[in-house]
Amino acid sequence: MRALTWHGRHDVRIETVPDPEIVNPHDCILKVTSTAICGSDLHLYDGYIPGMRAGDILGHEFMGEVVEVGPQSTLQKGQRVVVPFPIACGECFFCKKQQFSCCDNSNPPETSDATETQYGYPMAGVFGYSHLTGGYAGGQAEYVRVPFSNVGPLAVPDHLEDDKVLFLTDILPTGWMAAENCDIEEGDTVAVWGCGPVGLFAIQSALIMGAHRVIAIDHYKSRLDLAKQLGADILDYREVDVREALAEMTGGIGPDAVIDAVGMEAHGISIDNILDQVKAMGFLVTDRIHSFREAVLSVRKGGRVSVPGVYGGFADKFPVGAFMEKGLTMKTGQTHVHRYLKPLLEQIEQGKIDTTFLISHHAPLEQAPEMYKHWHDDQDQYTKIVLKTEMAAPAKEQQEKQHELV
Amino acid sequence: MADNQTLSKSSSKALLGAGLAVAAGTAAFLLARRSADVHDDGVDVSDALDHVFRRKTGRYEEGLVGRTVTIGKSRQEIYRAWRDFTRFPDFMENVEAVEDLGGRRSKWTIKAPLGASVELVTKITEDRPGEAIGWKSEPESDIQTEGRVEFFDIAPGRGTGVRLTLRYDPPAGLPGRVVAKLFQREPNVQARRDLRRFKMLMETGEIATNAGPSGRDEPVTESTT
Repeated sequence: MRALTWHGRHDVRIETVPDPEIVNPHDCILKVTSTAICGSDLHLYDGYIPGMRAGDILGHEFMGEVVEVGPQSTLQKGQRVVVPFPIACGECFFCKKQQFSCCDNSNPPETSDATETQYGYPMAGVFGYSHLTGGYAGGQAEYVRVPFSNVGPLAVPDHLEDDKVLFLTDILPTGWMAAENCDIEEGDTVAVWGCGPVGLFAIQSALIMGAHRVIAIDHYKSRLDLAKQLGADILDYREVDVREALAEMTGGIGPDAVIDAVGMEAHGISIDNILDQVKAMGFLVTDRIHSFREAVLSVRKGGRVSVPGVYGGFADKFPVGAFMEKGLTMKTGQTHVHRYLKPLLEQIEQGKIDTTFLISHHAPLEQAPEMYKHWHDDQDQYTKIVLKTEMAAPAKEQQEKQHELV
Repeated sequence: MADNQTLSKSSSKALLGAGLAVAAGTAAFLLARRSADVHDDGVDVSDALDHVFRRKTGRYEEGLVGRTVTIGKSRQEIYRAWRDFTRFPDFMENVEAVEDLGGRRSKWTIKAPLGASVELVTKITEDRPGEAIGWKSEPESDIQTEGRVEFFDIAPGRGTGVRLTLRYDPPAGLPGRVVAKLFQREPNVQARRDLRRFKMLMETGEIATNAGPSGRDEPVTESTT
């Protein structure tokens, strides 16, 4: 089959690799129809996540048709399903508590030592996301093996096209959980750092949950436009001092809840971010936490901090004083996707949630390497890329023409 | 502007240097304090298990390793699964085969570093259904080892605690242990991984594997670690 493989920093390729096979009794094999490139795939592309091996197949946002089932899968051939990005067994202490992204049984015994050393306990398995989280082959491919297919995949009705349900796999529940972690109350203002897909879905979710006002922060115009379109007020951090602007907009009180939907590779030329970049180059820190700091300093006293943005290692100058003295509550974590699949699918069916507004590009899987480059370099035009396995690649001359145009 | 840039560059460098110096100094200070902290008067007050005590404390024991996991099954179920020693190869990575010799004795074939294997004959020394199983190697074995697994209630509704403790004579002393560790045959690592496998089998009926395709030249059904 054809698959997108990782070979190093800024080096991903489409290659022919062997087809996956059923290995364990709960497995199924999926024929992928749509698969998206996630913001967190950029952390792999940029070489920020350790535990990658050359040849790893990427992709953790994917859906498709069941073509093979293991003896203990509860799925049937021909079913059309979406698959949560974390792999969960459904049986362990954490799964029973609905904390699916903390599953104890999905990271293979050989690969779980690394996160046990780094975080104290081993993390769950994730599709296409480094050997720290299991080294599972991902879904940016024609076929993918789905372990514990009796637990994760959700069958979706045929009248909803792929674009409407694909994001149930990650970014939609991730934005939803980010807003849920804000414990929104009547009259609340929620500030959101980062208007990428997760930030945008967090904005939409916060408004559905009854936030009085959402203020979105970014510097890409098209992304800020999308936030505005959803009903948020927007701040371009190049134009204003974000902390001052937020305080002024909220009558000097500050936002009641803040969401850091940026994560470890913050942009911007503030002093703290430049220091972080210097230190990251010398391996003194791994994570640049500029937006995290700004969120903690901006939130009102007694407020809530929600962190869906991905961090992996260590950071410097976390304002622990502000965190304690202001009496803040922080909620974080990889999304417990399984928990949200059904309720969010219902809302999509009822037309309460729009999942297609942010898609800027569809492309054939064959063009994935170019799409990674655009996703990295042209974040203003490329707000979400969906790869289709059955979309014909443009003819060679056409491709060349496109290159000339670029 | 140019001046500013040079200034910020050199001050970043200075900061970096100062930071490194402070970090090294702090580490040295903390290490010194920690070693001064360890008292060896033989009176240990911690309500902890023997296998977690630091070197130099009274309860530290060379060659003792232990590891506990929680499994969401009853004590009896877990006991029954462990009591059949011939199933060890299902979840013990380095146990190639276990032969039941009768009379509570069994012969184990174990993988050792560099493709070698060792054989040992063990005898069950303790057998309390739903509570504990203990075993000890017989003198004719290649290595001397002693193991015990106990099953206990963790907290209401939380399943069963399964604790494996192993006492062993490190093969050829410290160098042997270092070599074994390099090849991940170290009992501590093995106990950790084998208990993870046992837990997975008990809770889900399968052991998680990343066996699957990649752009590397390797078979699809072989896990890549």
